[in-house]
Amino acid sequence: MIVLNELSKRFGIIRAVDRVSFTVNRGEVLGFLGPNGAGKSTTMKMLAGFLTPSGGSASICGHDVVAQPIQAKQRLGYLPEGAPAYPDMTARGFLMFIAGVRGLSGREATQRIGWAVERTQLTRVLDQPIDTLSKGFKRRVGLAQAILHDPDVLILDEPTDGLDPNQKHEVRGLIRDIAGDKAIIISTHILEEVEAVCSRAIVIARGRVLADDTPDALVAQDPDHGAVCLTVDAAVAETAIQALATLPGVIAARIEPRGPRALVLVRSEPGVPIVDAVREFATGQPWDSADHGTVRGRLDQVFRTITTDAA
Amino acid sequence: MGATIAIARREFAAYFATPLASVFLCIFLALAGALTFYLGNFFERGRADLQAFFTFHPWLYLFLIPAIAMRLWAEERRSGTIELLLTLPVSTAAAVIGKFVAAWAFCGVALILTVPLWITVTWLGNPDHGVILASYLGSWLMAGAFLAVGQAVSALTKNQVIAFVIAAAVCFVITLAGSPLVQAPFSGWAPASVLEALTNLSFLTRFQAVTRGVIDATDLVYFASVIGTFLVATVAIVDHKKAD
Repeated sequence: MIVLNELSKRFGIIRAVDRVSFTVNRGEVLGFLGPNGAGKSTTMKMLAGFLTPSGGSASICGHDVVAQPIQAKQRLGYLPEGAPAYPDMTARGFLMFIAGVRGLSGREATQRIGWAVERTQLTRVLDQPIDTLSKGFKRRVGLAQAILHDPDVLILDEPTDGLDPNQKHEVRGLIRDIAGDKAIIISTHILEEVEAVCSRAIVIARGRVLADDTPDALVAQDPDHGAVCLTVDAAVAETAIQALATLPGVIAARIEPRGPRALVLVRSEPGVPIVDAVREFATGQPWDSADHGTVRGRLDQVFRTITTDAA
Repeated sequence: MGATIAIARREFAAYFATPLASVFLCIFLALAGALTFYLGNFFERGRADLQAFFTFHPWLYLFLIPAIAMRLWAEERRSGTIELLLTLPVSTAAAVIGKFVAAWAFCGVALILTVPLWITVTWLGNPDHGVILASYLGSWLMAGAFLAVGQAVSALTKNQVIAFVIAAAVCFVITLAGSPLVQAPFSGWAPASVLEALTNLSFLTRFQAVTRGVIDATDLVYFASVIGTFLVATVAIVDHKKAD
């Protein structure tokens, strides 16, 4: 559905996007991650046909974005960064305008607008001018505009930026609901969002793709992923760590102070499950606590490792 | 085509969504009336025509039309909606034409609102209606030419004030291309054909011919080609600068 082939964009001597290639298939929700200035928005603008690539190619549903821009744009719903909309128009007038430009009219237009409005819960503010709306509603007007024509491909640039936690939750629910048979790319800074809605994640920095995997596989790259964690008294943490380090399969152990208590994290060699061994070993020790479990890797840790190594 | 109409309708409604439309129409009508009766000596001339009215159109347009045109692209660029507009399935040309048609229709509304003058002159005497109709048509075409220039300038900048000032300056030069003010720098050295070409490029020269009742196809073609040229230029400018 979305194919990028060595897509590049230079601004002067700066390579904003450097030979990026990937494919997004029907049913996939791709999280597009990267630090500010990594090239996320530039890549999305090229896909949406707003910026002309300096090199390589991209296509939406088989239509090259440079050679067949109109056909590509017909299949695409795009939410630009910041969800721009005409401030003087009402939400209804704005959506009518979008429907008109997209060639929808009469009952079909009314029906599609009704569907999009219901999906984005805009009914209450439909007849207010857009510049009187809160940030959350403005963002939802932008989303309604993007999904209005039920496109096969959705590209959303920071769809939840600036929303409060409830609104974020709603928008994520909306994306999950409509994902079904579409190919979706969302860019975000919020890593929990990737785990919440994305089936795949790409990390990009300095215009290059650095990782392309499922969120779970990325999480597994965290060295702490799968480590066993025990909560003990801070006073005995040192003793515990020395004892635990002698267990077979254990490669590292460290302490994270938590006030009067401390967390002891025990890492094993990759693929060696040690949680049972640790539990058995710990039982009966003077420092034992009943509180042990495995740690799930943290995406922000992985993100930092990947993007700072590249710098 | 449908997209062009949708854009034109939105743009046209946008004039009326803000006080711009009413302010513009009031000022245009007040100035047009005042100039006709005081500077144009409408009554003292004792002739049943609208020469006194049409004579001042180029000067009114000089600063009023750039005021309509300045927002066309500058506002889209400043507010970021240009990214929305140009990622919809429309060609840049369709967007440029849609905006132009809306602004031109708005000028048409302003002109239609001056029809009471025509009624007045018909009541007072027996004017040549053909000349008046031709003058209206000529005035509207000239407004289109000013608009096309203004739209091209608007596409160059995010700043509406800059768009206004530059468009007014460019229109001033084109309007007066036949006058000594513009010709003086050329008259010493340039061949006579260049000076004549410049005179032929002047809005004023062309428009005066039309209002005298001399409808020459070349004058109509002239205004149409000015409009066409600047619309093409606008498409090129928007495509080149849209993301800046």
